[in-house]
Amino acid sequence: MKFVTAIIKPFKLDEVREALSEIGVQGITVTEVKGFGRQKGHTELYRGAEYVIDFLPKVKLEVAVSTKLLKKVIEAIEKSAATGKIGDGKIFVMDLEEVKRIRTGETGEDAL
Amino acid sequence: MKKILSKFSLAGLTGLLMMGFSHIAMSEEMVAAMEEVATINSGDTAWMIMATILVLLMAIPGLALFYGGLVRSKNMLSVLMQVFVTFSMMSVIWVLWGYSLAFSEGPYNDYVGGLSLAFLSGITGDSISGTIPEFVFVTFQLTFFALTPALIVGAFAERIKFSSLLVFLAAWGTLVYAPICHMVWGGGIISQMGAVDFAGGTVVHINAGIAALVGAIVLGKRIGYGKESMAPHNLPFTMIGASLLWAGWFGFNVGSELAADGTAGLVMINTQVAAAAGVLGWIVMEWISKGKPSMLGGASGAIAGLVAITPACAVVGPLGAIILGIVASIIAYWAVTSLKIVLGYDDSLDVFGIHGVAGIVGALGLAVLMSSQFGGTGYGDGMSMMSQLIVQAKSIGITVVWCGVISYVLFKIIDATMGLRVSEEDERTGLDSTSHGETAYRS
Repeated sequence: MKFVTAIIKPFKLDEVREALSEIGVQGITVTEVKGFGRQKGHTELYRGAEYVIDFLPKVKLEVAVSTKLLKKVIEAIEKSAATGKIGDGKIFVMDLEEVKRIRTGETGEDAL
Repeated sequence: MKKILSKFSLAGLTGLLMMGFSHIAMSEEMVAAMEEVATINSGDTAWMIMATILVLLMAIPGLALFYGGLVRSKNMLSVLMQVFVTFSMMSVIWVLWGYSLAFSEGPYNDYVGGLSLAFLSGITGDSISGTIPEFVFVTFQLTFFALTPALIVGAFAERIKFSSLLVFLAAWGTLVYAPICHMVWGGGIISQMGAVDFAGGTVVHINAGIAALVGAIVLGKRIGYGKESMAPHNLPFTMIGASLLWAGWFGFNVGSELAADGTAGLVMINTQVAAAAGVLGWIVMEWISKGKPSMLGGASGAIAGLVAITPACAVVGPLGAIILGIVASIIAYWAVTSLKIVLGYDDSLDVFGIHGVAGIVGALGLAVLMSSQFGGTGYGDGMSMMSQLIVQAKSIGITVVWCGVISYVLFKIIDATMGLRVSEEDERTGLDSTSHGETAYRS
């Protein structure tokens, strides 16, 4: 099993969620986050006082998937989150040791 | 309609009489006697009651929201409280001794009134001031007395001790506002000089601006000023507040005519176009110098334009008002974006930069724009553009010195006794919870 974390542009969240549902992903977790990358921040001016906004708002989504679905998941996120402009985000993949569904006690891929 | 017609014909008749037919129909004494019988005009009275409530709306919620939106969210309620409570406290002081010091005759009548009208003694429901009940006049002037100290609040927002603020403003209203008001509108030296201040350029705006500047300097900067982000927490509030100020300003300026007449109409159009021109002046400056026009810029420009037209609104024409609005807004823009940084004071919400600076521009600019060449109403007997300009400069000078010196002394006394600032820890935590025990926003 794999654990996929993606940082994407906030307005792309709905498209990514739909793309993931279509390929059979059963659930995702979403967090509003801030950060910086190559896109850098921007400046805001209030009556001449200049403030540099270093951290831009992004959405972090986390998905646990079976190894055989991984390729499709990465493809789906990549396609649906892309705008072609700087700041589209990144996808991180990690090994996932164990999963347990709290209600039933199921483990492994059955619990995904 | 019938009433208007009859009023019109009466005015026409009086005009004819004045023009030389008086010897036929009526002697001049009879005309004078007719004018002397003071009666209440219900149209004027109705308008003045409305105007008073409009000025109240300027302060609460207008000014409170304008300022509230500009501070950080941890200080939102503290600013609302400072405006709300100041407005209330000054209202009471006005009745106790403020009105008397401003509008009664006293032993030092050039500078300040006496105490004969303290507690509004002797004024009854039958007392008349001009064509309106005196109580209406008292309440209208009360809103000015209550609004002006509330303007100053913006200079030391986010760091002043609430109790010290109230003590300062109570003393300031008594020792600075009431005398200046008496000098300008109560028959004191500034009015004797022939200075024009129709609705409060010196009394309200320059006065508040100078006290604000002195306060910002004596209190010192907010912790983290220039290093940490102090960006406004809610500019939509600021826009709503500026809009309420704009609407309420009609009560302030047009109401200062104390009647619903032709001059009131002139004041009305001037007030509107000066504010609008102020918006355009400010955002164009931003667009050119910083690349983007901003909402805060638009709101600030409107206030700068309104401040500048305040002393001038009954003596300039609509084109003069547009010029005054644009010029004041551009100079105020320079004051808050450059002058403040060069001089290094932290006037949190730019009370001096907008009210003080645009007020001075208005008080001086009217000397030029009231010329009939610019569509103004022209100069008084024996006055020219130059002599008017000198008189205006003197009236500004008196206000700046009187207000500056007394404000400085008051701040120093309070600093030495009660302390002016909250503790560093309280300032960092925010004044909402540390001074008032409540929080504006919960998530």
